[in-house]
Amino acid sequence: MPANLFDSFPLRPARVHEVCGPGASSFAAILAAQGSGPVLWVRPAWSAEMLTPQGLSRFFDPARLLIAEAPSPTDALAVTEEALRDGAVPLVVTEITKPLDLRQGRRLQLAAKTGDSTGLCLIPEGMGSNAAETRWRAAPRLASAEEADSTALRWEIIKNKSGTLGTWDVLWTDTAHRLHVVSPVAERPGSARASG
Amino acid sequence: MWFPRLPSDRVLRARPVEAPFALVQTQANAERLFCLNPRAEAEGLHGGMALADARVYCPALLTAPAEPGRDGRFLAALRRWATRYCPWVGIDGADGLVLDVTGATHLHGGEAMMLADMRARAARAGLALRLGLADSRGGAWALARFGEGVAPAGDPLAALGPLPVAALRLEPAVVTALQRLGLRTIGDLAASPRPPLTRRFGPALLARLDQALGALPEPVTPAAEPPHYGIRLSLPEPIGLTEDVMAGTERLLERLCAQLLAREAGARVLELSLRRVDGGQSRVELRLASPMREAGRILPLFRRGVETAEAGFGIDQLRLEAVVVEDLPVQQLGGPVTAHGAPAHGPALDDLVTRIGSRIGLENIRRLLPADSHIPERAFLVAPAAFSPPATGGWPAPRPRPLRLFPPEPIAAHGPRPPRRFRWRALQLATARATGPERIAPEWWLPDDAWRHGTRDYWQIETDAGRRLWLFHTPQAPGWFVHGEFP
Repeated sequence: MPANLFDSFPLRPARVHEVCGPGASSFAAILAAQGSGPVLWVRPAWSAEMLTPQGLSRFFDPARLLIAEAPSPTDALAVTEEALRDGAVPLVVTEITKPLDLRQGRRLQLAAKTGDSTGLCLIPEGMGSNAAETRWRAAPRLASAEEADSTALRWEIIKNKSGTLGTWDVLWTDTAHRLHVVSPVAERPGSARASG
Repeated sequence: MWFPRLPSDRVLRARPVEAPFALVQTQANAERLFCLNPRAEAEGLHGGMALADARVYCPALLTAPAEPGRDGRFLAALRRWATRYCPWVGIDGADGLVLDVTGATHLHGGEAMMLADMRARAARAGLALRLGLADSRGGAWALARFGEGVAPAGDPLAALGPLPVAALRLEPAVVTALQRLGLRTIGDLAASPRPPLTRRFGPALLARLDQALGALPEPVTPAAEPPHYGIRLSLPEPIGLTEDVMAGTERLLERLCAQLLAREAGARVLELSLRRVDGGQSRVELRLASPMREAGRILPLFRRGVETAEAGFGIDQLRLEAVVVEDLPVQQLGGPVTAHGAPAHGPALDDLVTRIGSRIGLENIRRLLPADSHIPERAFLVAPAAFSPPATGGWPAPRPRPLRLFPPEPIAAHGPRPPRRFRWRALQLATARATGPERIAPEWWLPDDAWRHGTRDYWQIETDAGRRLWLFHTPQAPGWFVHGEFP
C-alpha cells in the first residue's frame, strides 16, 4: 500500500528535518505556507544567490520572512539553535554548507524540542546528519500540459525515523495556495537504501 | 558673565604654556589670530591679525588651531557649572553666560559675595572672567563687556551712562553713525530726544536702549537640560562572578527603566561599562531590535556580553547608559495587530532578534521590502529588520518571477531562440518548453555594471529533467545567461 504524504507532511513539529535536491527552497516555502507565524531563514552571508519576494509570494506572504545572514557556518548553526530553542519563530530554515556531525545535529534536535519549533535544514546532496527526523529529496519535475500554471514537484522521503518512505508527485496551485498529490510513485529500487 | 578669552583659556587649561599664545583660525584663505592670551596681547598682537604679521612682531608666539565646536561644548559645560548660583542660566553668544540671579543672591551671602565667589572660582580654573550685574539683561551685558561693575538697583543709568554706545549690542554701522552725531555714550543717547532717533535709526536702537535700562523686558532663556540616561553603581568590594555582575546590572536596569518610563522613551542601544580594580574597563554593548524599557526583558539579553567580559582582579564599578534612546509611547497591551489578526511582531520575536543580532550583528537580520522597479534584482529591498517595519502592501509581479536569483551565469548558446541543449553547472540540460521572450530594458537613468549588455530578453525554460530556469538573451551583445531558478 502506498504511503500517504500527509502522514509526514507538514513536518512533525519540535523536530529538525532535512531536505536536499534542487527543489529544497520550494519545499521550505511550501512548508512555511502551512503555518502563519514568522519564518526565520538563516543563509550564509557569502552566498550571491538571493531569495526573491516575488517568487516567495506564490507560496506565502514574504512579510513573514526574516532573513539572518550568518558570516560563518558555525554562526549559522548557533543562530539556528538559538532561534529553535527560543520558540518565538515556529519555523527555522537553515541553509547548511558544511556537513553536520552527530553532536551538532543532536543539539539542534534538543533545541527544537525545547522551543517546540520546527527546524528545516536545506542540505547539499549527501550531507545529511544522522540526527535528522526525516530527510526529503525535492526536485521540480516537468509539468504535464494540464498542470502548466502550477508548480509541479517530485518529493521523495529518503529517511524517516518514525514512518514509511515514499515518493510523490505533488502540485502546488498558486491561486488556491494548496498542495495536491498527483500520484504516489512506485518505489524505485534503491530508494530504501538511504533509510536509517 | 563674559569669558573674554574662552577659546585660548580652554586650550591652555589642558596644556599651560608660559609664552605668548594664540589660537589661529583660517578666514578667507588667510590664517588669522582668533584668540590670544594676555602675554600675547602685551606683545602688541590683537585678534584678527594675520598670523604671518604676528610672527614678525613676536617670533616666540605659540599657536594652535581654533576649534569652535569644542569651545561651544566647553561653554555648555560652564553653563551647567553656573547652575550652582541660580537655576536660570542661559547661553549668550559664543562666550557669555547670562544668569537670572533674582532671589538667589542671599544664598551666597549677597551680590558682592557671589561675584567674588564667581571670580575666585574662575581664576582657580584659569579662566578670564568679566562680570556685570544689573537690573536688566542688556545692562549686565554692557557692564560685563565694557567696564565691570554692578549697576545700582533702580538707577541703571548711573552705571551705564558713561559706557560707549557699542555696549548696547548695536550693529557696527549704527555705532559709527551715532559717534558721528556726537552721541558717544549711553548717557548721551538717553538724554537726546527720541523721535528723531527713531526716524533715523528705526525702532531697534531705542529698543536696545530700553532693554539695557530695564524699560523693556528681556527674558533669559535657560537651555533645556537634555535627559541623561546613565546610572552608576560603585561597589565597596570588587566582584567577579557573572551572577554578581548580572545582579548589579539588574539593579541599574530597574532604575534606568523607571527613568525611561517616566519620559515615555525606550532604549535602543545600551552600554554597560565595567570598571576593573586595576583601572581597566570593559564595555558590553547591547543593540536592541526595538526600543525597550522592560528591565526583565533586557536583562537576559545582557548575559552573553557579560559572560565574555574580562573581570580581571574584580569589578568595582558598573555604569549603565542608554546611548541611543527613542520615543516609546505607552502602548495598549497586545501590541499592533495586522489585518490577519495576529500580532505583527511580538516582543518575544524582538528579543530573539536582539539575541541573534548580538552574535551576527543586528543589521544582518533582514527582511524583504517591495521596491518600485521593473528590474528583477531591484524589485525588492533587503533592509535590516530591526529598523524597518514589515511590508504591508502586495508584491506586484506582472510576470512570473523566479524563487532564486543569482548573478548571471553565461552558457554557450547562439541565436535569439532559446537553445535546445545547453550545459549549466555541469548539468546537461535539454529544453522541453520555453515561454517568452519578456523584454526588460535597463533603467538608463541608473548606471549599473550588471546591465552593460543592454536590453535582455527573458525566457522561462522548462528542462526535460524538470528544472525550470530563467534564461536571458542579450540581443545587443549576443550571449545567453542563466539568471535564476523557478521553484
